[in-house]
Amino acid sequence: MIDVLYFAWVRERIGLPKEQVETTAATVAELVSELKLREERYAAAFEDISALRVAVDQELCEFDAPLAGAREVAFFPPMTGG
Amino acid sequence: MAIRVQEAAFDLGAEVQDFATAQTQAGAVVNFTGIVRNTAAGDLDRMEIEHYPGMTESALTAIDAEATKRWVLKDSLIIHRYGILRPNEMIMMVATAAPHRVDAFEAAQYLMDYLKSRAPFWKKEFTTDGAEWVDAKDADEDALLKW
Repeated sequence: MIDVLYFAWVRERIGLPKEQVETTAATVAELVSELKLREERYAAAFEDISALRVAVDQELCEFDAPLAGAREVAFFPPMTGG
Repeated sequence: MAIRVQEAAFDLGAEVQDFATAQTQAGAVVNFTGIVRNTAAGDLDRMEIEHYPGMTESALTAIDAEATKRWVLKDSLIIHRYGILRPNEMIMMVATAAPHRVDAFEAAQYLMDYLKSRAPFWKKEFTTDGAEWVDAKDADEDALLKW
């Protein structure tokens, strides 16, 4: 089980901020592929992953990052602080 | 070195005053303050800022630690708000203290540049036309290249 978090428009498109996902995905990209198959709202949110950023255990990483041992994965658009 | 992520407003004057007077080894204090900019049409009702609790604090701590490695910094303060903010309200501030002004200026700019694109905050603007997430700007990403 892994906690998957969504922020900003990704959260709005998927319709929830956080969920627990049962997955055997080895990488973030594999997890995205699994999620996209679930329902249309996931497919829509993950349609263009170049528009998304991902953090594994609260550290920014690439979509080919491994998920072994990960507790938390978060998907969100590019950040706009300041 | 202090980092505060909070919903409540902060008193800019008091924060900068307290920061400056607490210094014992600095000769320069620089402050940057970000405020909610209205739209060109002036129809912004509010901005809502979302963040990623936990990661926000750790990202800011990492950015601050890197600035401390690169410049002679005696102290720093980052305050960033989240939640609902109205036009002209203060969103965030950074303050840096260094023996000399160049370090204080450059470190403040570095903190700002990284905070904008690497700390997990997202802004949504609500106007009379509806609501829209603020897009990240290429210029903000490009700003990181100079460091």
